[in-house]
Amino acid sequence: MELGKPNLEVFADTLLELGQQHRDLLVVTGDSRGSGKLVLFGQKLPEQIVEIGIAEQNLVGVSAGLASTGKKVFAVSPASFLTARSFEQIKNDVAYSDIPVKLIGISAGVSYGALGTTHHSLHDFAALRAVNNIHIVVPADNFETRKAIEASLDYPYPLYIRFGKKAVPHVHDPSTNFEIGKAIKLKTGSDVTFIATGETVFRAVEACNLLEGQGISCGVISMHTLKPLDEAAVLEAARDSRVIITVEEHSIHGGLGCACASFLLQEGLHNPFKIIGIPDEYNVNGSQDEILEYYGITPGGLAQSARDLIYVEVPE
Amino acid sequence: MEIQELERKSIQYRKAILSIIKKANAGHTGGDLSCVEILNVLYNHVMNVSPENFTDPNRDRYIQSKGHSVETLFTVLADKGFYPEEELDTLNQFQSHFIGHPTRKVNGVEHNTGALGHGLSVSVGIALAGKKNGLSYRVYTLLGDGELEEGSNWEASMSAAHYKLDNLVVIIDRNTLQITGRTEEVSQLEPLSDKFKAFGYAVRETDGNDLAALVQVFGQIPFEKGKPSLILAHTTKGKGISFIEDQVSWHHHTPTDQEFVVAMTELQQAEEAWQVQYGTR
Repeated sequence: MELGKPNLEVFADTLLELGQQHRDLLVVTGDSRGSGKLVLFGQKLPEQIVEIGIAEQNLVGVSAGLASTGKKVFAVSPASFLTARSFEQIKNDVAYSDIPVKLIGISAGVSYGALGTTHHSLHDFAALRAVNNIHIVVPADNFETRKAIEASLDYPYPLYIRFGKKAVPHVHDPSTNFEIGKAIKLKTGSDVTFIATGETVFRAVEACNLLEGQGISCGVISMHTLKPLDEAAVLEAARDSRVIITVEEHSIHGGLGCACASFLLQEGLHNPFKIIGIPDEYNVNGSQDEILEYYGITPGGLAQSARDLIYVEVPE
Repeated sequence: MEIQELERKSIQYRKAILSIIKKANAGHTGGDLSCVEILNVLYNHVMNVSPENFTDPNRDRYIQSKGHSVETLFTVLADKGFYPEEELDTLNQFQSHFIGHPTRKVNGVEHNTGALGHGLSVSVGIALAGKKNGLSYRVYTLLGDGELEEGSNWEASMSAAHYKLDNLVVIIDRNTLQITGRTEEVSQLEPLSDKFKAFGYAVRETDGNDLAALVQVFGQIPFEKGKPSLILAHTTKGKGISFIEDQVSWHHHTPTDQEFVVAMTELQQAEEAWQVQYGTR
């Protein structure tokens, strides 16, 4: 896979283009225009950027007020602060009040690496999945990021979109169809399917390549929309494949894995199943790559998890 | 509307508020009664908002950050014709949208509130949008004094001043009581006026239960060009009913049958006194 740009940059480029076309588009930042790659946006469209300062609760509340008048509002802040510090504003002023603010969580997951747990967002899927009336999109690559931002512009529901800040490989062909709420099937396999979200998808694809080299039939789904979950795609994967493994840069609690497991169990399907994410412990310190490697969220680690699950279930 | 007409409305609103609280056997009686004059003056004298213009982008906005005083808001909105008054009989009933805090499911309500410390940020956003769109509407938001303990209000205040939102009007229902006791004993707020001035507001203090004083102070908005206006409205919690006034126990106490009769009798006497003074018989 060819390396693309950071999704963050694609987000910023897309937003600038949309902002130039739609003068009612506003970006609201909390001293985060630098980390959000929005300096150029601020220079080119100074009337369309609202600076709040380091005050995330106010950032989300003001965004709700602006959007209630019909403005198309993108509230941009590091995912960790946006979804924890201002959780009640998201719950009440955006979701409950039914105001379609686009909440953009940047530098998500463990993107901040050695800055530590204060800056990591491993709770955001779980927290927001439990809030009524907000949808969650987690793009895998530059293509999904651009499509997600474009689709968000007139999206009628409150929306949370989160991505990281490192360059990611291109996962999709640009002609791929993208629709919020509809998973993208990258590969089909009968032994195991990885259902992955966000910037773990390319790792799942690489794991799949390794497994196929070892004679294991492997599928990959990019579950870019966590909520509403594409249940049909999960069901199909569980019927096509004997083993299901979910992958996310998030706590193993309350995210993609739990969503899929909960759905499949209630459908009466109980494939061998593993949730790969960040475990509930005092998390190891290091760079993003080091942390993900430690927890097995690498092509090799994912392939190993798949083999473990396949061979435990079918001893040779 | 003439002051004397507003005076009569205040009495009638208090009757309606107590009646729906009594019927639902729930409500924030004390805080409801302290802000009756503020909502009365806003909706009947100051704001350009009605059922007819409620979708007009240039309507004035009212955001009730102290959402628990919802019985007053619902009563005033019914009087303004946003819905039939009888609908308030469903307050707190299963499947009713008339619940213990404002929601946009009720016609006339601009924003869902109830958790404290939210309304001011939302109001800042609406006021900022008004500036950006070149519209002349104003945004009025009512905060409780106890609510000021929420830090988010001070974040929002910084933005209000930073963006020079002189189309924003913040009203503080300064009744000096919160559920636990005196605000000054729970968490010191004073010197409140100085704090607001330091945060960049143009501040006026007034008697928040005096209709003429409120009409006068609202008539001076904006107090200063380029600054958000703030009215520190000194009120009495439970205003208008002798045994409810300034009693911490009435934060969300609801009247017994006997208390209800006494309260309604007091209001009836007030209305009769109004008739004697102004009425045509």
